Amino acid sequence: MSSDWEAVIGLEVHVELATKTKMFSACPNSFGGDPNTRVTEVDLGLPGTLPVVNGRAVEYAIKLGLALDCEIAPSSEFHRKNYFYPDMPKNYQISQYDVPICGPGHLDITLLDGTDKRVGITRVHMEEDTGKSTHVGESGRIHGAEYSLVDYNRAGVPLLECVSEPDIRSAEEAQAYLTELRAIVLALGISDAKLEEGSMRCDANVSIRPAPRAGNAHDPGEPYGTRAEIKNMNSVRSLGRAINFEITRQIDVCESGGDVIQETRHWNEDAGTTSTLRRKETLDDYRYFPDPDLVEVAPTPAWIEEIRATLPELPTATRHRLVSDYALSHADAVTLYDSGLVALLDATVSEGGDAADAARWLANEISAWQNETGEPAVERLSGAHLAQLLSLVADGTLATGGARKVLADVMAGKGTPAELAQSHAQVSDEDQIAAVIDQVIAEQADAAQKVRDGNTKAMGALVGGVMRATQGKANPGVVNKLLAEKLTTE
Amino acid sequence: MSLVTKSAAELTKAMAAKDVSAVEVVQAHLDRIDATDDQTGAWLTLTADQALADARSVDDRRSNNEKLGPLAGIPVAIKDVMCTKGTTTTAGSKILEHFIPPYDATVVANIRAADGIILGKTNMDEFAMGSSTENSAYKVCRNPWDTDRVPGGSSGGSAAAVAGFHAPLSLGTDTGGSIRQPASVTGTVGIKPTYGRASRYGLIAFASSLDQAGTFGRTVADAAAGLQVICGHDPKDSTSIPKDVPDFSEGLHNGVEGLRVGVVKQFMEGGEGVEPGVIAAVNASVERLDALGAKIVEVELPHAEYGLPAYYLIAPSEASANLSRYDGVRYGLRVDGDTTHEMMAATRAAGFGAEVKRRIMIGTYALSAGYFDAYYGQAQKVRTLIIRDFDAAFAQADVLVGPTCPTTAFGLGDKTADPLAMYLNDIYAVPASLAGMPAMSLPVGFDDAGLPVGLQLIGPLLGEGVMLQTAAALEAELDLDLTPQGPNALAAPSKDTA
Amino acid sequence: MALSNDDVRHVARLAQLDLTDEEVEGLAPQLAGILAYAEKVSTVAADDVPPTSHAYPLANIFRDDDNVIEPLSPEQVVANAPEEQDNQFRVPRIIGDPT
Ligand SMILES: [Mg+2]
Ligand SMILES: [Zn+2]
Repeated sequence: MSSDWEAVIGLEVHVELATKTKMFSACPNSFGGDPNTRVTEVDLGLPGTLPVVNGRAVEYAIKLGLALDCEIAPSSEFHRKNYFYPDMPKNYQISQYDVPICGPGHLDITLLDGTDKRVGITRVHMEEDTGKSTHVGESGRIHGAEYSLVDYNRAGVPLLECVSEPDIRSAEEAQAYLTELRAIVLALGISDAKLEEGSMRCDANVSIRPAPRAGNAHDPGEPYGTRAEIKNMNSVRSLGRAINFEITRQIDVCESGGDVIQETRHWNEDAGTTSTLRRKETLDDYRYFPDPDLVEVAPTPAWIEEIRATLPELPTATRHRLVSDYALSHADAVTLYDSGLVALLDATVSEGGDAADAARWLANEISAWQNETGEPAVERLSGAHLAQLLSLVADGTLATGGARKVLADVMAGKGTPAELAQSHAQVSDEDQIAAVIDQVIAEQADAAQKVRDGNTKAMGALVGGVMRATQGKANPGVVNKLLAEKLTTE
Repeated sequence: MSLVTKSAAELTKAMAAKDVSAVEVVQAHLDRIDATDDQTGAWLTLTADQALADARSVDDRRSNNEKLGPLAGIPVAIKDVMCTKGTTTTAGSKILEHFIPPYDATVVANIRAADGIILGKTNMDEFAMGSSTENSAYKVCRNPWDTDRVPGGSSGGSAAAVAGFHAPLSLGTDTGGSIRQPASVTGTVGIKPTYGRASRYGLIAFASSLDQAGTFGRTVADAAAGLQVICGHDPKDSTSIPKDVPDFSEGLHNGVEGLRVGVVKQFMEGGEGVEPGVIAAVNASVERLDALGAKIVEVELPHAEYGLPAYYLIAPSEASANLSRYDGVRYGLRVDGDTTHEMMAATRAAGFGAEVKRRIMIGTYALSAGYFDAYYGQAQKVRTLIIRDFDAAFAQADVLVGPTCPTTAFGLGDKTADPLAMYLNDIYAVPASLAGMPAMSLPVGFDDAGLPVGLQLIGPLLGEGVMLQTAAALEAELDLDLTPQGPNALAAPSKDTA
Repeated sequence: MALSNDDVRHVARLAQLDLTDEEVEGLAPQLAGILAYAEKVSTVAADDVPPTSHAYPLANIFRDDDNVIEPLSPEQVVANAPEEQDNQFRVPRIIGDPT
């Protein structure tokens, strides 16, 4: 970004709640399925049907509010937001307006360079999702479609809309915010939060203004530029790309003497650009009013405290604990957290495993295994077994290579590390190793000569040769010792 | 006496004694409808075959000595604003001409569970908006007392059906008088319970914070028995009151000795458009209550005059959103258009009648940017003031009385040109609606033209009992013949016994 | 209070009602008259009077999420549809984005 400009970004994130039923009906709430297979008369907005609030959705809203340090409103209500659109069965959306269930709060993020930043949360409110229309025609897009088909499976799915303050200043901050919010939602277990599938959706309000002079912050009252709302980003990466594109576009507009227009823009993933979706018009008039079909939501302090007591350890606290209790680096803590391996680490440590060793194995081999197989390691590996494996390495029974093989066998369900150790055990017998060393020196005469000439770096190739020849079972200490002896005494 | 002139209570007794079968009772009413509905226009849909099958089932179960519900074999008319599973439900609108709900409204399900026999669906003002049933998109509905006059509205069909001996019991809905006013002008008993007593689930919504189902009967006991069946907590309606419903029949014979009856001063002042005959009949019935031992007190509802204006902001505002769903996408009428939004606008233009459009427009305007506080917000504050008025009045009185409406039945077409004049029919009905109070209309006399006059009785919240007790005492004391009579009246049922 | 024909057309657009010119001209004075009558409410209540949304106050009416019901069959869902295709509601092309 040209340093003459500063971006001002606020995010609106919608989270589909993983409740059993929809927001206002007892219809099963689940993703996908054939069109119109998860629709009741309430979801279809048939005449005479009425909404009844899903108590668990309220509980989840309060959970997220507490996790974001929000004020929980002692009384809030549902409003109708009126506009005509075929995805919306009643042509109004039941949402919250002037008194959302969760008021101001904040979310702390850590950037790649390790700096921390606090982003204000304006509100979290409850609402219902809309159905989906498929546009049929040559392009498959809304423009040029001949007709559309409407499926109401998603209509009425409970949503939380979390609105941030315009405190975000870069694509990186926005990405960190979304990643952190997603981690919190997952930790709370209130949504599967899949950006690709739309169970978590993020819109960005982006504007620019002249950058403050070096060392000076903007006055709090400094006006923001005209903002554009960007939609249709379905990954953290797209969010970053879309924001960066939009910032550049707005700077170009301003620097060529134009004005940024208030509008909604669509992010085109393939083209890597945003384009006008819809101008904000004066016709936007949602005629909000309290939904007379519903009554006040007034969570008692006792209920709020009950919910607070069920809150799990939140991601920030977990990562801080990994750093402070297990002496992990912040990066390792993030990796372990993101791989969902913290519970396994905790279990391993509680079984007597060394935290640093366990973290290294988890962050490398085990996280790689998860990535390859797409399965969570916890289903194959217990903390007790990982602790056992670490102690077999520590007491010299297994070399690293052998331990890797034992781990692979454990993950394949072949047995426990103790049972499998024998077949991959480390060889420390000097005569046995010396025989292999002789063979390797013969094969790699050049390398051996270099070591004799004082080039110790060449030693690595010889050690590697011995390890390969012993399928990783040779005790590396013994190998090093014997090699050194042979190449200096000869 | 013919079966159709008997009350539900009498029919229940006769069927229990096996003097008459449910099939005979139902057939007699279907015959009466067949013979006279071309004059009343009370019905939009008849489900005669189903009704006879249901009656047969009641008779079979009775002969097997199975336990039957409290309305076993009693013919019931259902206002077409209530969803009936598998039976067309139009709310009197072209926009729902062929709509068949896949579910029953809770009040309808309650009638079925009580073994009541549903004869069909009755005529009404489109989406319950009106006071004459002239806003029905389907047919003219006429008053059995004078077929050149309106039966009131919006539940005009349900009122005409009971007054015309098509059924001893019917269901209606009352948002701002739509049960009480037609009851008043057709000489029937019409009851609206406390808001939240009867479930709104499956009532096609007009104004959600006001809509309430209720009953019509020719006697207080019949209307109360029907009310008993439809009331009760329903978890499908968030505004349904989670409280047990007392036995409404309990106090019906207790009389009014010592009861404090509050006459609402603001309703008795008369004024432009108020017929002297109405005030006279109301005064006469108050004297009878006095003679029966009630303590008559004058009470005031100083903010009552703001009720109607508040109502004409709240009800259209809620209606404007409630009626947004009729857009040609999922059910009901569709008029083609090049784009979806053009299709929606064309469908709504063709499917809604003039009064519905007018109210959608008022409501949309009142909610639009910049007007919410001045209109809807203020109207909700007026509601508070009216509730406070009622609280003060009920500190002085156990039940309130006054006229149900300013006039007796008016002529077809008399008020269609002037919406405000039509709205004024509900000036006395609306305050109780805004305050959620139970209220009813009881026939207490006739004007000079021989047309029935209704007395409105209003109870405190959840106080249906004291209201019904007062009405029953006065009904017994007056002992009126409520068979429509007069030069243009519907012919009375033949006297031959079935 | 006066309402111009354009005011009426604007409201009709919000309400998704395709009114004829005749209807617009008829409605302008009618709406103005009704709103003028309704305006009686605007001065009567003092600022400290709280609004009432329902006469019988209720709060925290919640449904138990563990009670799941059987949805309608897709055939039932589209049973009343003016136009249907593959168990979905078919509508003419949609112009514009919802929000
Ligand atoms: Mg939004
Ligand atoms: Zn939203």
